[in-house]
Amino acid sequence: MQQIEEKTLLQQDEGTPATGLKVVWREFKKDKLAMASLIVLVGIIVVTFVWSFTIDREELMQISLYDEFAQPGTNGFILGADQGGIDILGQLILGTRNSLTIAIAITLITGVLGVGIGLAAGYFGGIVDAIIMRIMDFYMTLPTLMIIIVFVTIVPKYNVMTFVLIMSAFLWVGTARLIRSKVLSEGKRDYVSASKTMGTGNFAIMLKGILPNISSLLIVELTLNFAGNVGIETGLTYLGFGLPPNVPSLGTLVGAASNPVVLENNWWVWLPASILILVLMLAINYVGQALRRAADSKQRLG
Amino acid sequence: MWKTIVRRILIMIPQLIVLSLIIFWLAKLMPGDPLTGLVTPETDPNRIEELRELAGWNDPWYVQYWNWVTNALQGDFGTSYAFKDSVSSLIGERALNTLWLSLFSVILLYLIAIPLGIYAGRYQGTWFDKGTVLYSFITYAIPTFVLGLIFLFLFGYKLDWFPTSGTVDVKYDPGTWDYVWNKIYHLILPGITFALLGTTTIIQYLRSEVIDAKTQDYVKTARSKGVPMKVIYSKHIFRNSLLPIAAFIGFTITGLLGGSIFIETIFGYPGMGQLFIQSLGQRDYSVITALVLLFGFLSLLGSLISDIVMSIVDPRIRID
Repeated sequence: MQQIEEKTLLQQDEGTPATGLKVVWREFKKDKLAMASLIVLVGIIVVTFVWSFTIDREELMQISLYDEFAQPGTNGFILGADQGGIDILGQLILGTRNSLTIAIAITLITGVLGVGIGLAAGYFGGIVDAIIMRIMDFYMTLPTLMIIIVFVTIVPKYNVMTFVLIMSAFLWVGTARLIRSKVLSEGKRDYVSASKTMGTGNFAIMLKGILPNISSLLIVELTLNFAGNVGIETGLTYLGFGLPPNVPSLGTLVGAASNPVVLENNWWVWLPASILILVLMLAINYVGQALRRAADSKQRLG
Repeated sequence: MWKTIVRRILIMIPQLIVLSLIIFWLAKLMPGDPLTGLVTPETDPNRIEELRELAGWNDPWYVQYWNWVTNALQGDFGTSYAFKDSVSSLIGERALNTLWLSLFSVILLYLIAIPLGIYAGRYQGTWFDKGTVLYSFITYAIPTFVLGLIFLFLFGYKLDWFPTSGTVDVKYDPGTWDYVWNKIYHLILPGITFALLGTTTIIQYLRSEVIDAKTQDYVKTARSKGVPMKVIYSKHIFRNSLLPIAAFIGFTITGLLGGSIFIETIFGYPGMGQLFIQSLGQRDYSVITALVLLFGFLSLLGSLISDIVMSIVDPRIRID
């Protein structure tokens, strides 16, 4: 069996080696846990996004004191209700969708910022690089979490958009550093020098030459950032410095546990959200690890 | 060597100045002023103006900044309006608690990470190694507050093994052994939570270091001289891999500070992280400003220590 598999693989590999998505797919097929993580992740995303269309937020968030801390399975509350008698299941669905959407938005914004700044620093080098590096070094030493929290409390018209912007303003540095170091080595390659001698413009070289060559690394970085952003968003919301209270988020549900009575007696309010965060984080990180292996030919399993 | 250290410290000075400017600017941006809580509708507007003048809020910003910095350098961060106490004594009391928690966590962290990393590297490919890699992956992925809450729920409330908040029970007198033990007892749950989540980097680093060391010349030489494998691991490889680990101590400090906000809030532990969250709720901005400045300074110090230890251990990265 093993031999047959190897043979078919060898046949596939004849001619050109497998590239792009094929490599990724082979990695996931080889690693059952990665495949399971991918299925769980896609499952959660599809279910919450589709289901959330059937839920009306205004109607869901209607407070009904009669149902205060309704037990799971009673009064039509499958997962019970919270302090205001609001359905946990509905909040869980909307919360997951919101948390994921916000994490994706932050990942994309920090991705664009990080790639732009990293490319500029790594490609131009010299004085541009020196200035950007100094700024980034400084950023790295800031107590980022505290400063984000302070910003959240002092911004006048606080809403989801400002939260995303505040987070993005502080979280692009890691990506920029990584891209810079990669571009620095990539920029010395022959194909870049060749393009330069041909008179190709700097922007064209950066975007059409170097960027595609570091794209696999970028995808891995963005996936891991995505996991990190889910963690930071839910964590800040848990502390009460994330999403505004009227926007359901996984963090808001977990935040109910800051009240010791709820933590001890009404576990159904905060535990499902905590477990969902745990599963999401594990799944996204594991998918990221598998992508990282696929991107590096030395680490591949498949 | 000394040149590197002096240069590294000199780099820190502009960083500190920019940090303090940013924090000063943040403090100025905060809505209202600390008088807000003290003023009632009946207060005479002239009196309010007087108070503002007295506190120096009508001076130009650079005068205020200069006063703030010179006072801060002398350890005077003003008065907390919520606790009616000087900020420095308020923080000093909490800082000691955070210090104990951090110290306990760091010791626990190294106790867990070092054996796991070394044995995983030594027995590479075995079930133990695979288990360790899985463990370090899981602890890397779990957010602090989720694990903290689950631990608090399970071990604090449901099983009732550990206290759920505070640093020490009131019934014990300071100075007795019972008191000290009770203090440690309160540290265990938050300490374990932090230690478990902080081990990833050290385990992965040690593991790959040991795997690399296996093929190094000094190990081959020792083996050919007939030194038993046990001794090679416990003396030769262990020492070589341990030095760089010491350099992580600085980053660990930075990580601890960020984590302390979550850990202390969850476990009701009265340290600086909890004080920060409480002060935000009360708009006690002299305390907030002082804490951000202190945390910023400590993380700068952390990276300084890491860089210095690293340059002692590894001469290649010294600045010329």
